[in-house]
Amino acid sequence: MYKMIEAKINGITVEVKEGTTVMEAAKKVQIKIPTLCKHPDLPPSAACGLCIVKVKGSNKMFRACCTPIEDKMEITTNDPDIVEVRKTVLELILSNHPNDCLKCGRNSNCELQSMASDFGIREDVFKKFLRDIPQDSTTGTIVLDPTKCILCGRCIEVCQKGQDVWALSFLQRGMDTRISPAGDIKLSESPCVKCGQCSAHCPTGAIFEKDDTRLVWEALKNADKYCVIQIAPAVRVAIGEAFGVVGKNLTKKLYALFRRMGFKAVFDTNFGADVTIMEEAGEFVERLLHNKGELPLITSCCPAWVDFMEKFHSDMINHFSTCKSPHEIVGTLSKTYYAEKNGIDPAKIYMVSIMPCTAKKYEITRSGEMFASGFQDIDVTITTRELSRMIKQAGIDFLNLPDEEADGLLGEYSGAGVIFGATGGVMEAALRTAYNIVTGKELEDVNFIKTRGLESIKEAEIDIKGTKIRIAVAHGLSHVEEVLNRVRQAKKEGKELPYHFIEVMACPGGCVGGGGQPYNVTDALRLKRSSAIYQDDKDKELRCSHKNPYVKKLYKDFLGKPLGEKSHKLCHTEYKARPIYIR
Amino acid sequence: MNNTCTCAPELKEKEKQDGIKELKEFIKEHKLLHDKQGALMTVLHKVQEIFGYIPREAMDVVSESLGVPTAHIYGMATFYNFFSLKPKAKYQISVCKGTACYVAGGARLLERVEEELKIKLGDVTPDGLFGLSITRCLGCCGLSPVIQVNEEVFVRLVPEKIPAILEKFRKQEKKTK
Repeated sequence: MYKMIEAKINGITVEVKEGTTVMEAAKKVQIKIPTLCKHPDLPPSAACGLCIVKVKGSNKMFRACCTPIEDKMEITTNDPDIVEVRKTVLELILSNHPNDCLKCGRNSNCELQSMASDFGIREDVFKKFLRDIPQDSTTGTIVLDPTKCILCGRCIEVCQKGQDVWALSFLQRGMDTRISPAGDIKLSESPCVKCGQCSAHCPTGAIFEKDDTRLVWEALKNADKYCVIQIAPAVRVAIGEAFGVVGKNLTKKLYALFRRMGFKAVFDTNFGADVTIMEEAGEFVERLLHNKGELPLITSCCPAWVDFMEKFHSDMINHFSTCKSPHEIVGTLSKTYYAEKNGIDPAKIYMVSIMPCTAKKYEITRSGEMFASGFQDIDVTITTRELSRMIKQAGIDFLNLPDEEADGLLGEYSGAGVIFGATGGVMEAALRTAYNIVTGKELEDVNFIKTRGLESIKEAEIDIKGTKIRIAVAHGLSHVEEVLNRVRQAKKEGKELPYHFIEVMACPGGCVGGGGQPYNVTDALRLKRSSAIYQDDKDKELRCSHKNPYVKKLYKDFLGKPLGEKSHKLCHTEYKARPIYIR
Repeated sequence: MNNTCTCAPELKEKEKQDGIKELKEFIKEHKLLHDKQGALMTVLHKVQEIFGYIPREAMDVVSESLGVPTAHIYGMATFYNFFSLKPKAKYQISVCKGTACYVAGGARLLERVEEELKIKLGDVTPDGLFGLSITRCLGCCGLSPVIQVNEEVFVRLVPEKIPAILEKFRKQEKKTK
């Protein structure tokens, strides 16, 4: 039982559990205390100093983010003194922040900028002390600009504790403190897996996605190019946030949008997800029933996870599904299958993929297999955040567009295809089809509720025709090691394997919480995004990949059979151990 | 101290290997005495003692044997002044920039040392003989401006006296060889 505490904030009585911080308690009574370092996802770091409050009986000011509220405490969160101090703190932060707003990747989306606006900052009160540290865009996915860093520590917390990657840390101290990979090397030589969680949590423009929108506009302008596009499952339920709509599935408006932007064909990554499942579920059953490869099978759709595995857990390579990720499959098929069916020169096809993810920018040139069509299968990847800017540049009243459909050949999807965007979704989709392969029958209830939700490691046991299948689903890379260690331990001791099938997504919540998604994500928002995804699944008449008629057509007309020679060439890849630090 | 440069000259192979061996033994002995964090501090002190600085090779050994990410070690090694990422010189010259010495012309002494040694503040001469840093007040303001070379203090200096001081240590070095 928690002890309850009663305190007063600005004269309003609040009752909270013991251990609740002043900031959390204030939120309960509709009081917002400003902060630039505290993020709802992360523990307080007490770095920025904006959240100071007064406590009756003390002449000190306390930081609300890290001060636990005490019984009978009387707190003032707002008076002219406090406003004055906060304003000074802000002016000090701004004294080593460049006035670059107009050219900054976070213009109009920056927490520091809004705070400066809220507090009516109109001049540089203190002498500017700007740091001269070059930008780092070496990963081709995110850009690190330490000159804009306010040292809040969010990126370091997510990189080290949340994702267990430890690419970034604070170097030096005092005025020289900065965020950097160890040894001032470039991010591309560091352990960075490009998940982009740092960019999604940064309050300013110190870390942001590399902007590739210019490439898309140029391709659309080029009359020689046949521009085609695909969207990932998680994009459709988050893009609305840039236009004030939360948790709404905007798939059909996106299709209409892309045609208005000038794309000749509109595809859907969800179709690729259905193909991934045909291959991956097939692979699982082969390993389960025919001993062809090691168990547990581990999913490989997430490029940040693949990079993490290749760097930190390369002993698990044999457990990895060799199946390519859905957007790569749509990319390859657009330049082979689609080109062939429509008599288009594949050299002219320009494939754009819209992803919730920064690591997808890395994936498109990750290895030779990403050129399986004979060309670079995906020409450019842009994130949800970049797409929202493109929509605004195009001057299209996006929310009021009429609904349209995708181009069937690579655009129709089953319910299984769309749930790829949420943690547990790949597992659930694979189980629906694996059941069919093993039993030859259809599931009566396709919902695997135990794989859903935001619990960091989800486990379940599923009965397929008398065979008990144990599964684990992990999201947020820091939860992966625990799962893998259980497997390692069992292998070492020669015991029965704890799992047959493991799904990993690098970002918390899966792709809905991806590093390229709109800002200000919290668990509540992740759940809103994923419930829109599960609703789409529920509304679909066909909810299993193997029932998608266009998938059947693809195998009949082009690929042959799952795991066949042609699909192996086009839809599979390989992995290799990579060094954590490149030197 | 120049904070951005991390390019430490390579240690001689034999010295390096001996040092790494000694370090590994030390870690083995001390690993179990502390928690990870505590062990790291003790071990980094040992690295500094063995090599005179924290070479990257040693960081890798520490990272691997203690299971602490390199990024964390690097953060610590750059946070504390005691640790250095570059080899320290045989003769460390500290020019006092405390108020009294500053007023009495300490800055001009610094300029002259930089000129004579052709190095900047925080650097070490290529032969490893001299290093240059600043210090804040040695407690002998009446004798300002002062510089300190290792333990020896030189007082009431003018820039013209700098070459002779440097020469004294060069000679001393020759004798010991």
